Amino acid sequence: MNKNKYLKIVKDLTPKEKKLENSALAFLMGGVLGFIAEGIKLLLVYNLHLTVKDATTWVLIIYILMASIFTALSFFDKLVMKYKCGLIVPITGFAHSITSSALDYKTDGLITGVGASFFKLAGCILLYGIVSAFFFAIIKVIIYV
Amino acid sequence: MTLVYSFLFCGTICLIGQIILDNTKLTPGHVTTIFVVLGAFLGIFNIYDKIVSIVGAGANIPIVSFGNLLLNGTYTGYLENGTLGLFTGMLAAVSAGVVSAVVFAFVASIFTKPKD
Repeated sequence: MNKNKYLKIVKDLTPKEKKLENSALAFLMGGVLGFIAEGIKLLLVYNLHLTVKDATTWVLIIYILMASIFTALSFFDKLVMKYKCGLIVPITGFAHSITSSALDYKTDGLITGVGASFFKLAGCILLYGIVSAFFFAIIKVIIYV
Repeated sequence: MTLVYSFLFCGTICLIGQIILDNTKLTPGHVTTIFVVLGAFLGIFNIYDKIVSIVGAGANIPIVSFGNLLLNGTYTGYLENGTLGLFTGMLAAVSAGVVSAVVFAFVASIFTKPKD
């Protein structure tokens, strides 16, 4: 069997990713999350008279709490498999990555398992966020001050 | 009206992430990292703050906002404390997100049994 024929068979047998459906699901889920976030924020601002900044922070905390609880109850993984970026790109993905790595390595013990692997997935967000923000802030200082 | 903007903006960010994920070999880790760095970059010219003021909380939910908060914290730290503020201000802005994620994740992992 020559190489091209083999590649063709492989291509036929690998399941096709439904790109359109994936994108539509991600858009819908992300949109719904944004919609609910704004809804909660407006409720907090108008009913509890919080400032916009405080209300936004509460919304973030609520989202992180819900994502952690749902991950611990182990049905968030299935949702992430289905909606992918719709749940990974919002802050829920950050909480999900920390909680799932904590759960996965719990069998290795509290220090060598949970402690050592806690930021395994979220580490790249923190590392590159902090490094890039540091240098971009210096650029901003040079431009504006 | 901000409700509709929130829906559209947050959905669009997720859509862009999904398109990157589907059409390249990058992993979700790459996508979130790109978005954080992008958020910090958009913060240089205050673009993201303008988006937040138009869109509302829908723009605070995507991870792009995390990078923007990091940059804003560092910049305001510099304005208040000088060079020392570059180091003290950065995590002050994202403290709520990081601390709540760490605490809730730890408590959740303590009270649940690991899967197999």
